Amino acid sequence: MMVEGLEDLAIDPPRRRRRRPRLWRFVVLVLAGAYFLIPMYAGLRFAFSDNAGGYSLYALKAIPSQVGFTDAFVLSLKLAAVTLVLTLVLMVPTTIYVHLRLPRMRRVMEFITILPIVIPPIVLILGVLRAAPLWLKASPYLLSLVYVILSMPFVYRSLDSGLAAIDLKTLVEASRSLGGNWVKTLWRVVLPNLRAGLLSAAVLTIALVLGEFTMASLDLWTTVPVWIYQFQQTDGHIATMVSMLSLIGTWLLITVIVSLDRSESRRARRRTGA
Amino acid sequence: MTTSTSDHALIPAAGDTPAAGIVTRPRRRALRFLGPTLAVSPFLLYTFLGLGIPILAVIDFAFRNPKGQLTTANVTLVSHGTYLLGFENSVLLAAITSVIPGILGLFLAYAILTSRSGLVRRLVATASGVLANFGGINLTFMFIATLGSTGVLTTWLSAVHLNPANLGFNLYSFYGVAVVYMYFQVPLMVLVITPALGGLRASWREAASNMGASSWRYWRHVGIPVLMPSVLGGMLLLFGSAFAAYATAETLTAGTITLAPIQIGNLLAGNALSGQENVGYAIGLGMFLVLAVTMVLYGLVRKRASKWLR
Repeated sequence: MMVEGLEDLAIDPPRRRRRRPRLWRFVVLVLAGAYFLIPMYAGLRFAFSDNAGGYSLYALKAIPSQVGFTDAFVLSLKLAAVTLVLTLVLMVPTTIYVHLRLPRMRRVMEFITILPIVIPPIVLILGVLRAAPLWLKASPYLLSLVYVILSMPFVYRSLDSGLAAIDLKTLVEASRSLGGNWVKTLWRVVLPNLRAGLLSAAVLTIALVLGEFTMASLDLWTTVPVWIYQFQQTDGHIATMVSMLSLIGTWLLITVIVSLDRSESRRARRRTGA
Repeated sequence: MTTSTSDHALIPAAGDTPAAGIVTRPRRRALRFLGPTLAVSPFLLYTFLGLGIPILAVIDFAFRNPKGQLTTANVTLVSHGTYLLGFENSVLLAAITSVIPGILGLFLAYAILTSRSGLVRRLVATASGVLANFGGINLTFMFIATLGSTGVLTTWLSAVHLNPANLGFNLYSFYGVAVVYMYFQVPLMVLVITPALGGLRASWREAASNMGASSWRYWRHVGIPVLMPSVLGGMLLLFGSAFAAYATAETLTAGTITLAPIQIGNLLAGNALSGQENVGYAIGLGMFLVLAVTMVLYGLVRKRASKWLR
């Protein structure tokens, strides 16, 4: 530190001015790194230790045999699958159609799909539980129906930017003039070109459903996050282990998507000879 | 937007396909009107049922007693006593966790943007995207393991006689929740503010320094005035995000903290006095109002921000 200070005095003013920002940047990055990394380390450390405080893998091995875990896991997966199918069936054709034929609707779509971000989930589930018919309230898939709404902001934005990146109109006209009907055009021409957008929409939807706590707990369905919350009284180490695993899983999923996306766009660039 | 036609039925004409020509004229006109309506109707119907109806239900039941008669008793109740305190605490919490993480996020984003290491930039960009969506039970566990009574950081700090509990810090209290919220608020600010920082043109800085302005004067007269609307906009977004959050505060304090969303959760779980079953809807209505004001302000600020940053 001292030596660096002396060096600073020796050099001319313009270089000194560039030096100072680097020091504060270093401090900011180190502090931020500590704030974000220490809790992760702490969580992992707690998950990989036993009640005596030593390192142990018992929590990892014990997960499948815990009461209710399998049910919660299966329920979460089912909800994710149903939500994903509903979301794609509803949003993909609508977004493509709006891009192709109703560009003026884009403003309206943008406004509607931003609403779920503005409206607190806790208030939305309050209204849903009041307004839903009884037969629907008895089913866990009511959650899927609401998750479709919650995922709209991410899904619409993914699809919208995916569609904006391709020359949709030319592609569709080419396919139609070659005699392809609408279904063929959608399936063989538009969707393959929209792969990256579809993929990120799907991943974001799945991550949202698997991590959602507020609505599931208030609708009294034991999904994985709700199970973790309830199970912490039984064994904190196992509950924390499941929690950290779900975090790592989400993280991996997102990283894989990002890298797939990147290699895809690289391949596309090579294909076009750029 | 790409066509200059004002009649919405005419828009498809631009993308008309040869196959459409087979259809006879009157039928075609009907198709042109019905087609677009039919195509977007599932989406509109779904959002109306899944978003519109629940919102209307909340507003409706805010003004009804459990017997279904119209009343303002719920709203009156919510604007006094413990429910008013819930709102005050929620607004205060959202204010603290929007201003402080807003400033920290701004500095962090600037540090990342001006960093010459591409690796740092990419790493932090991905991490911000993931961390901004953190929350709920996972975050709660991580912080209990960090700052709980036997947490990692608590142990480290105790070793140097700085035990947070002795300094008056309690993770399961208002300020504990605020510390935890920063974990997703700071990355959110980084995500929101980075494009605005990127919009500060190097030529402005060069022009300022050519005219003899110091770094401080550049920020005072150019940088800060240009960035101000974007920073305020980012903070308003953070405010909304913290104000609406439920899962983290609920799991961290087991529902004991007095915040508006937690009160709704407790009422929904059946902990309501007889005759006050509909109070939760009135709290929901109040939350709508606060967020509506926030979003209107955000809209105004964003309009201002787009003036310089394109």
